[in-house]
Amino acid sequence: MYLNQYLFLAAVLFCIGVYGVLSRRHAVLVLMSVEIMLNAVNINLIAFSVHIQEVSGQVFALFVITVAAAEVGVGLAIVILIYRNLASPYLDQVDSLKG
Amino acid sequence: MGPQNVAFGIIAAAMIVGAIRVVTTKVVVHAALYLVVVLAGAAGLYVLLAAEFVAWAQVLIYVGAILVLLLFGIMLTRAPLHPSSELDNDQRWPALVVSLGIAGLLIAMLADAFQDDKVRITNATGTGEIADSIFNQFVVPFEVVSILLLGALVGAVVLARRDD
Repeated sequence: MYLNQYLFLAAVLFCIGVYGVLSRRHAVLVLMSVEIMLNAVNINLIAFSVHIQEVSGQVFALFVITVAAAEVGVGLAIVILIYRNLASPYLDQVDSLKG
Repeated sequence: MGPQNVAFGIIAAAMIVGAIRVVTTKVVVHAALYLVVVLAGAAGLYVLLAAEFVAWAQVLIYVGAILVLLLFGIMLTRAPLHPSSELDNDQRWPALVVSLGIAGLLIAMLADAFQDDKVRITNATGTGEIADSIFNQFVVPFEVVSILLLGALVGAVVLARRDD
């Protein structure tokens, strides 16, 4: 198997995630797009770890998974707080700081 | 074309279709269900690369925990369960241009940098090797991550609780 087939797949998934973050209004959908991007990075880490025969890439992937779990926890708490204050989960209505 | 390449092709196609549906579907719950395809596909790729511990961690944490958390988020914000056209903002075309631009750039760079490099899978990475690496080389980052998780836990409780 070529290394590049994994890297291309990860690049495509990352860009789909970028599109989702830029084009979605609903806060939970933006968090899902961020998860897609984190997964693309993890695929890269594992592919390189196997390619250079070095286990630390997999340890890094495990750290990324842990940080992603923390991010989703805090992110959803913030989403629920926004929903409670604005009665809407749509991110473009969070514009109190807009000039 | 070996069986590994066939498996890779199937998983990759499923992941890309699932990811595109996550960012384009009009039903919020469907997006969460398509996300399962992407996350489980990533676990499948880790198995293909013989990284079994990370594959199981992916299934347990992403498919098991994070997805349930996202579904809770969908329910608690009373997201519309029927198709809704309000989920996207009006930046669809600029977003498409930006993401296609990044994709083109990344793929051109990667094709140039790793032209014919092959992934050689000699033997599966055992859990013991990963444990050795975590508790020798990465023991300080490991402890920092555990503090981070504790902080995130307390932070999430403090943020989401009602003050009354």
